[in-house]
Amino acid sequence: MDKIIKVIKKYKIFLILLVINTVILIVKPSIGLKSFQLTKDNALEMLSILPPVFILLGLLDVWIKRETMIKFMGEKSGIIGVLLAFLLGSAAAGPLYAAFPVAAVLLKKGSKFSNVLIMIGAWSTTKIPLLLFEASSMGIKFMITRFILNIFGIAIIAYTVERFLSKEEIDKIYKNAALME
Amino acid sequence: MTTIGLYLIAGAALVVSFIKNKDKTMLSLKKAWKSLENILPQFLTILVIIGIALAILTPEQISSLVGRESGWIGVLVAAFIGSVTLVPGFIAFPLASALLKNGAGYMQIAAFISTLMMVGIVTIPLEIKYFGKKAALIRNMEAFIFSLAVAYIMGVII
Repeated sequence: MDKIIKVIKKYKIFLILLVINTVILIVKPSIGLKSFQLTKDNALEMLSILPPVFILLGLLDVWIKRETMIKFMGEKSGIIGVLLAFLLGSAAAGPLYAAFPVAAVLLKKGSKFSNVLIMIGAWSTTKIPLLLFEASSMGIKFMITRFILNIFGIAIIAYTVERFLSKEEIDKIYKNAALME
Repeated sequence: MTTIGLYLIAGAALVVSFIKNKDKTMLSLKKAWKSLENILPQFLTILVIIGIALAILTPEQISSLVGRESGWIGVLVAAFIGSVTLVPGFIAFPLASALLKNGAGYMQIAAFISTLMMVGIVTIPLEIKYFGKKAALIRNMEAFIFSLAVAYIMGVII
């Protein structure tokens, strides 16, 4: 019984939203139905992407030594770390929210904070499969212009976010990532 | 397509890992499950929010708000819509090109695409869980402002 209550507590907001959606379904069936349909489609898509992402993360966590990560993406990794972070983000698949668990593992293993932010930036907007898609539906000029602008944007955002945070705040983020299992 | 590739890579990595060390592989699977379970409630919440939002907003409504003549207000509206929605890229780009054909402007569409990909208001709770309030808010605010700059430059160039 305690266990059930714990699960309900954990999924509280989700359950409340389901009730709201059900109310919409009763008051305005067309919108409620469409929303349930969209949620179902998105859930199926998400559930298909997440398992391999998390399996790879689990393997990364167990196999990659902290020292290796520090060497390639840590404080002293320089341009190699930046490029690796950019490539890692760009080669990724899945929506931005799937990048956060990856960021946690990178932090846990001692990657530099700005490199993690670069990975997040690249993940959000310069994904390689999406670039091809963007070029085909928006035109090559649109895609290339946006890509070049994004390289600057990702760097600016990564370094300024790091700047805005105090050393203690960054330490706290590292500690928090270490606790995330 | 990318999903199949991901499964192949994850599957291959798992097999190699299992051959090399059975215990480590089991531990990694355990870790994978635990971290997935840890954020599942937020994931599900986000999915329902997106579902409700997209069911209320139709492409026609979006298009009427962000037409070529809508100027900076249209850019702001587009940037805002992009920030609060969360659609996968392979749906967003065809949607964007359909909007362009229906009279939306390049500047507005660039703002929409850029914020759609970089700013995530509905996913902020999740981002905060990993990065803390300050970092998450700053990153999203900067990404929003950057998207407006992208929109302006795209409007000039294209």
